[in-house]
Amino acid sequence: MNSLMELSDSVAVEQARAGDPGAFRVLVERHSRNLFRLAYRMTGHQQDAEDVVQETFLRAFRQLSKFDDRASFGTWLYRIAANCSLDLIRSRKRRGAQTEPAGAEGAPDPMQSLPDPSPAPDRLAMSGEIEHEVATVLAGLSDMERTAFVLRHYEGMCIDDIGRTLGVQPNAAKHSIFRAVQKLRRALEPLVSTAS
Amino acid sequence: MNHLTEEQFVLYYYGEGDGSPAVRAHLDCCESCRAAYANLQRVLNVVDSAAVPERGANYGAQVWNRLQPSLGTKWGRHLDLSSWWPIRHWAASALVATLIIAAFLAGRNYPKAPSGAPTATASQVRERILLVAVGDHLERSQTVLLEVVNAQPGQPLDVASERERAGDLVADNRLYRQTAARTGDTRVASVLDDLEPVLLEIAHGPDRLTPEEVESLRQRIEGDGILFKVRVAGSTVRHRQDKAPPPAGQKSL
Repeated sequence: MNSLMELSDSVAVEQARAGDPGAFRVLVERHSRNLFRLAYRMTGHQQDAEDVVQETFLRAFRQLSKFDDRASFGTWLYRIAANCSLDLIRSRKRRGAQTEPAGAEGAPDPMQSLPDPSPAPDRLAMSGEIEHEVATVLAGLSDMERTAFVLRHYEGMCIDDIGRTLGVQPNAAKHSIFRAVQKLRRALEPLVSTAS
Repeated sequence: MNHLTEEQFVLYYYGEGDGSPAVRAHLDCCESCRAAYANLQRVLNVVDSAAVPERGANYGAQVWNRLQPSLGTKWGRHLDLSSWWPIRHWAASALVATLIIAAFLAGRNYPKAPSGAPTATASQVRERILLVAVGDHLERSQTVLLEVVNAQPGQPLDVASERERAGDLVADNRLYRQTAARTGDTRVASVLDDLEPVLLEIAHGPDRLTPEEVESLRQRIEGDGILFKVRVAGSTVRHRQDKAPPPAGQKSL
């Protein structure tokens, strides 16, 4: 497995296409954490993010033959994950499910006798109010704004790649980011000023 | 002098666009823009620090373990589950719909209680039904796990019937996990999440385990504390079930 882990993405894709499960496993193990992070930022829910990761690899597996070798496999996965996240968010909206934003996941839970599965000490470093506000604003962004912002801000993807990922012109991606930043700024500036 | 626009600030912050040197030069000599940019930086830095739940170094391996059975078409061991996502989602919706209908019918069929008596609302009835189902699921899962944990050391183990049961439990497990996650029951969802890979491993393993396979499975179950978590979750669910208000017209025990 160690030598497999050293495979580049493109070689692993090639071997996976040839029917080598070990090569696909390398891709899964290599990209899972990044995809989880993206999916969590997009959906705001751990369990939804887990489902998105799973579904992303299933879709990638089914579409492996369509993957263009000239492209980056990571970007291609990101595109699938972003679409899966959007599908999930839309279906959530359709169901009318009232879901809590990421910052509110520690809502009252009757099963307190079990250890918390997701202790997040780093959360303590930040005021709960600000974190909650960030989560609320992110949850209130349009699908396009949130996706473009998450890809730019958290994942460091350039605007051209975001356009490609979302299947829109770079200009549209750019304006989605502007709008997202504007909304965040409007909501957070007063809190940040108070905090500082 | 024209001041910088918010869009220029944003592009500059992210290192995008080709105007960086000009923006830099302007910031160097314009106090008002410098202050505005500093505000934007503070806001975006705060956004940056929003936490994402940590995933351990072996997270990729866990994803693979959950994924592997669904990739069976090409690689051999398992059934074609290529349409797994829609089916599961359809099934999850069906489960939720069934629970809602059951809750609705339960609500209609219970006689009205005298006013003032504590009675269950439709959502409490629904929760109660779900608790019963999850409690039963955890108990059945526990039986399967115990079979492995209590196996004679150094002996092969025939798990044909547990394998079959685990196969049934896997599908239920995912549905309950999704439902628990949606209803905000994060701890139940987490326990079910831990349980799923083990059930999958048993369900997709051979009918007869070698002593080494038994030992490895036992270590996994015990090492991750899965049996313990399932027990605690099971008893907590039962406790919640007991504490739930009785449906209208029924006396508390």
